[in-house]
Amino acid sequence: MTTTNTTTSQKTIPAASRTTLPSLLGSVWDRMGMLLILIVLFVMVSALVPNFLTRVNLLGLALALTTVGAIACTMLFCLAAGDFDLSAGAVVAMSGMLAAVVINATGSVLLGVAAGILAGGVVGLINGVVIAYMGINALITTLATMQMVQGMAFLVNDGKSVGIREGRFFALGTSSFLGVVTPIWIMLACFVIFGLLLNRTTFGRNTLAIGGNKEAAHLAGIAVARTKVTIFAMQGMIAGLAGIVLSSRMTTGQPNTDTSLVLQVISACVLGGVSLAGGVGTITGMITGVLIMGIVQNVMNLLNIQTFYQYVVSGAILLTAVMLDRLQQIRRKMQNR
Amino acid sequence: MSDAYLQFRAVSKAFPGVQALDNIHMDVQEGSVHALVGENGAGKSTLLKVLSGAHRPSSGHLRVGGKERVFSSTAEAITAGIAVIYQELHLAPKLSVAENLFLGHLPNRWGVVDRGRLATLARQQLAQVGEEIDPSLRVEQLPIAQRQMVEIAKALTRGAKIIAFDEPTSSLSNREAQKLFGIIRQLRSSGHVIIYVSHRLEEIFQIADAVTVFRDGRVVEHFPATKGLSSDVLINRMVGRDIADIYAYAPRAHGPVALQVKGVMGKGLREPASFTVAQGEIVGFFGLVGAGRTELMKLVYGAQRPVRGEISVRGTRLRVRSPKDAINSGLVLCPEDRKDEGIFPVLSVMENINISSRRGGFFGGFWINEHREQVRASGHVKRMAIKTPGLSQKIMNLSGGNQQKTILARWLDENMKVILLDEPTRGIDVGAKQEIYSIIYGLAKQNVAVIVVSSDLPEVLGISDRIIVMREGRIVQSIDRAEATEERILALALPDAESHEGML
Repeated sequence: MTTTNTTTSQKTIPAASRTTLPSLLGSVWDRMGMLLILIVLFVMVSALVPNFLTRVNLLGLALALTTVGAIACTMLFCLAAGDFDLSAGAVVAMSGMLAAVVINATGSVLLGVAAGILAGGVVGLINGVVIAYMGINALITTLATMQMVQGMAFLVNDGKSVGIREGRFFALGTSSFLGVVTPIWIMLACFVIFGLLLNRTTFGRNTLAIGGNKEAAHLAGIAVARTKVTIFAMQGMIAGLAGIVLSSRMTTGQPNTDTSLVLQVISACVLGGVSLAGGVGTITGMITGVLIMGIVQNVMNLLNIQTFYQYVVSGAILLTAVMLDRLQQIRRKMQNR
Repeated sequence: MSDAYLQFRAVSKAFPGVQALDNIHMDVQEGSVHALVGENGAGKSTLLKVLSGAHRPSSGHLRVGGKERVFSSTAEAITAGIAVIYQELHLAPKLSVAENLFLGHLPNRWGVVDRGRLATLARQQLAQVGEEIDPSLRVEQLPIAQRQMVEIAKALTRGAKIIAFDEPTSSLSNREAQKLFGIIRQLRSSGHVIIYVSHRLEEIFQIADAVTVFRDGRVVEHFPATKGLSSDVLINRMVGRDIADIYAYAPRAHGPVALQVKGVMGKGLREPASFTVAQGEIVGFFGLVGAGRTELMKLVYGAQRPVRGEISVRGTRLRVRSPKDAINSGLVLCPEDRKDEGIFPVLSVMENINISSRRGGFFGGFWINEHREQVRASGHVKRMAIKTPGLSQKIMNLSGGNQQKTILARWLDENMKVILLDEPTRGIDVGAKQEIYSIIYGLAKQNVAVIVVSSDLPEVLGISDRIIVMREGRIVQSIDRAEATEERILALALPDAESHEGML
């Protein structure tokens, strides 16, 4: 009796505490890989690309990232819960238009901002309810709402952009504090708030749990559907906010969606180690991804590379990121076996 | 006797923490039907998976037609003339019968499918299994029994010499089963090698030429002929083992009723289920796979909505609409499928322990108290001797037993009144099993009502105060420990010959 006992437990120990060199390197790569790439990239372009390492350029780089950076925060939650959202780009356009129209009509900046954020929240709520309660695939759902919201953005002013007449509104996009413009502060605030939300709150941990194993989350007493709806509503509101900040920077509401925006957001997240399969994602990783994307784009601009090439490069980065994600999933599965 | 066409030579298969197959030697003759019997988890299914190439054996090999083989993919096994027909059929429901038969090698002319030839060939193949099915029908339009015939025809189309059936009659009526036996006999006389796995012992006497009994991953006995063999002998071989007392059972006093289930009916059940469990009582639920035990537990726990019925915990009727409601009333569940329903594989051990302690309110206890969770997790890891390099280790890197203990730890700080444990020791080693038994006894001593669903008969007998047997979606009988024997319980759990109605 005792002999069987000891032999069997001996057999199981190696499986539990196996730390070979490759697996150690693998786990270091898991945690630090993209950060290392970011550092190497930064040092390289600082040395090689003229005008990169200047205060003006770096602030410009950061400003160019604000839309992607803010939306990536909530996209991280969507991805971590095992879903994603394609409609965010259209929400940016729609909320900017709506804010512009409301501000021109009422003269109230507050009302305009509230309308934009709320409208985004409603789109997110619809996404969430359809996906979580009706069990419809996130790709199809958000593809459909993306189209609808885009249509509405055009309908607001018959497809034309709206110049905003209220000067106070522009403060949102152009005022600065400590030499850094407000949109950058807003993005940083998003990083901090959603970082805390993900790591320090039940809501954040439940999000990762749902993405990690939905059935287990349900059986562990987590309100899966409600959590998902909250995530999508948050995502809609942040996309709405991003749209408002953008229109403030542009001083107009633009009805055209930047189609590459959502792709950039998802690429940044995946580059930052957020798994498309759900359950894995960190704010620091996501920020790393956003910065890598931003630096590559900034450098291409500095080197006067034609926009068409930039599309090719952005696409290639996304593909690489997804392939890296796949490799990691395969590795996780192997470990799990 | 000449050399057998199919030979298993020293085949072993180990999974982390379990020896699923242990040095299997088995010969299967041409033109014979070879039955494999054994309890759940005895190793029959694993053996079929080694045969079909789904699992690669840890050691040992097969000899097929005199050639030494180790399959590392199902494609290799198919090419070698092996077909395994599983309980759930592997057909493409939206494609036609003909397309299914020739999937992967459709008759074509420069890549364009030759519809006419496909139909003719399909009709010929179907005639071989005596079926008059219109080959242009979609598979989903056929009843289960005909789909099975299509599956057999497909195996023959691929030139299968060895055909293995895994519980083929579980969803067939008696008449359909007889028809299937007709086909099997026909295959036997045309020199095929037939392997037949079933829990229905009467079938084995009807159809099998030889029987091999499996237990705990080993071959316990081989009967080259079924003449003179009886169910009793087979059952005895299936269960009879040196029962080392790993259970360390001691009787306890029971309190008043803790869980009362009255007329609960829902998916997976065929009759409303009623039973009670007293405070401090351990009730084992035994049945074969598909008896409805897991489904019943999920209904009680609120993971599946019951169609009707009442559930009360310590006299208070529950309104269970989701697991959360059940947990809040002190009723918890450790699910059957650890990997798919229990653990969060990519999350840490600490996270896995704490995940449900934060429920309640809109956001639960919104802000996480990191320190408290750390204390809680490390306390459980120490007390339950969970072997992990650290609290931040991903749970998927732990062995099955340690994963199970971690899931148990999730509930231990609850104000728990009833715990439902579905297959708590499946796939874990003896040492970890004993630790889990002692946790179960500890809970019962604290007046928790414990239900243990298990397919491991000695375990059910070893740890339960009372045993409830389920068969084909209904509760058959409740037996006190003193009156329970392996033979009696297994006889209750095995399906009757008459009740071949098929599950809903």
